[in-house]
Amino acid sequence: MTEKQNSPLTGSTRVKRGLAEQLKGGVIMDVVNAEQARIAEDAGAIAVMALERVPADIRAQGGVARMSDPDLIEGIQAAVKIPVMAKARIGHFVEAQVLAQLNVDFIDESEVLSPADYINHIDKWAFDVPFVCGATNLGEALRRINEGAAMIRSKGEAGTGDVSEATKHIRKINSELRWLSSMSKDELYVAAKELQAPYDLVVEVAAAGKLPVPMFTAGGVATPADAAMMLQLGADGVFVGSGIFKSGDPAARAKAIVKAAAFFDDPKVIVETSRGLGEAMVGINVSDIPAPHRLADRGW
Amino acid sequence: MAGNFRHLRIGVLAFQGDVREHIHVLEGLGAQVVKVRRPEELGTVDALVIPGGESSVMDKLVRMFGMQQPLRDAIAAGMPVFGTCAGLIMMSDNIVDAIAEQESLGGLHVDVRRNAFGTQIDSFEVQLDMPGVTKDPVPATFIRAPIVERVGEGVRVISALPDGRIVAVEQGNLLGISFHPEVNGDSRVHEYFLGRVAQYVTEKKASI
Repeated sequence: MTEKQNSPLTGSTRVKRGLAEQLKGGVIMDVVNAEQARIAEDAGAIAVMALERVPADIRAQGGVARMSDPDLIEGIQAAVKIPVMAKARIGHFVEAQVLAQLNVDFIDESEVLSPADYINHIDKWAFDVPFVCGATNLGEALRRINEGAAMIRSKGEAGTGDVSEATKHIRKINSELRWLSSMSKDELYVAAKELQAPYDLVVEVAAAGKLPVPMFTAGGVATPADAAMMLQLGADGVFVGSGIFKSGDPAARAKAIVKAAAFFDDPKVIVETSRGLGEAMVGINVSDIPAPHRLADRGW
Repeated sequence: MAGNFRHLRIGVLAFQGDVREHIHVLEGLGAQVVKVRRPEELGTVDALVIPGGESSVMDKLVRMFGMQQPLRDAIAAGMPVFGTCAGLIMMSDNIVDAIAEQESLGGLHVDVRRNAFGTQIDSFEVQLDMPGVTKDPVPATFIRAPIVERVGEGVRVISALPDGRIVAVEQGNLLGISFHPEVNGDSRVHEYFLGRVAQYVTEKKASI
């Protein structure tokens, strides 16, 4: 064996996608301080997303939403032992460098924050830390994977408590995957053109019938039944943002969503997890949000 | 060289983690595979794989859904169990640097340090020798991986990193490793385990 083969390799595609694989079946929860992070960990969160404001507050307060203060992220890292994720603005590669320097376990290049570049996303191959990116359709997912994303998160409409957009996006990605798998080899050139995605990746995905990275769902998940529906629709796991800490009893709701994710296909368990959770987040119907204020439209 | 494993029914503990990758490798080797989340499902299998994932979450779900005692009973009764990463932590007698109130199933007489290498930035892949399991090195992916810090009686060390840190152990029918051959699609460690399961099933039948 050569020396090169035997020296440990960090930051490789396999190592980055490997962490994403381990998170499958889990619930990633948005937290804004160490106390919430501990509640999330106690409830069985697979990871926490450290941020200054949950999407519902970003939406309510408006203004430019940016990467969180390093002190806040480090406070959350010190409070829990599960993986800690943090968000960078779309295209803001220096925010990503900062988060990498803080040793976060995963970076979310997120449309929930205000984009920093309306043309380019971050070159995620340049980092040893894995990235998750949002997508509303297959082409967008493949472009993010081509840029180095190790996980895809169907976008939904964050901060609403309305799961309809999450449903739309995961159904769209899955139906496009089925469409792609049904194509003959000589049709894949045009498929790549239509998806605006690299041909080699299109061929790989057409053959596999699935994305080469795990696909989670986000945006509007507020109840155990919402989480179970996303998993029944084929998501590998869920992100819950405002849905937990904007509800009446965050600890109970967080635990219930974790249980529902583990037994997503068993309505008897979903019944039990749905009982006595107090008030869900109030929520906003996505149809009431004027188009320029929809977060899912950010990213391309 | 692959044995015939079609008669073996292997459970994969399916609360969370890289369940799909284990199922893929086990089915590729010809075994029947079932997902295990309930005591009655555990009762139907010859052996169990505990996948990678987050050990503290797996532990919570195992307890919430009444699986801790059935799993402990199965291990005590001699059922072969193979754990990767979080699975190794679940099987260990003692967890070092555990999350508050985290419990393990126990049975494997080792102390295991959770997340021993650091954050994700310290995760790595390497070629690893596993004498007695495979002839050629195995591609080993370590993801926020644990290491074995102390081995008790009856535990055989199968593999260690060049610096001596122990990453694979065996004790009777229990096999625990720190890394993930399944994410590489490498089936040799699973094949070794199925060989042990086949032997166990044959002996069990003979003793009845």
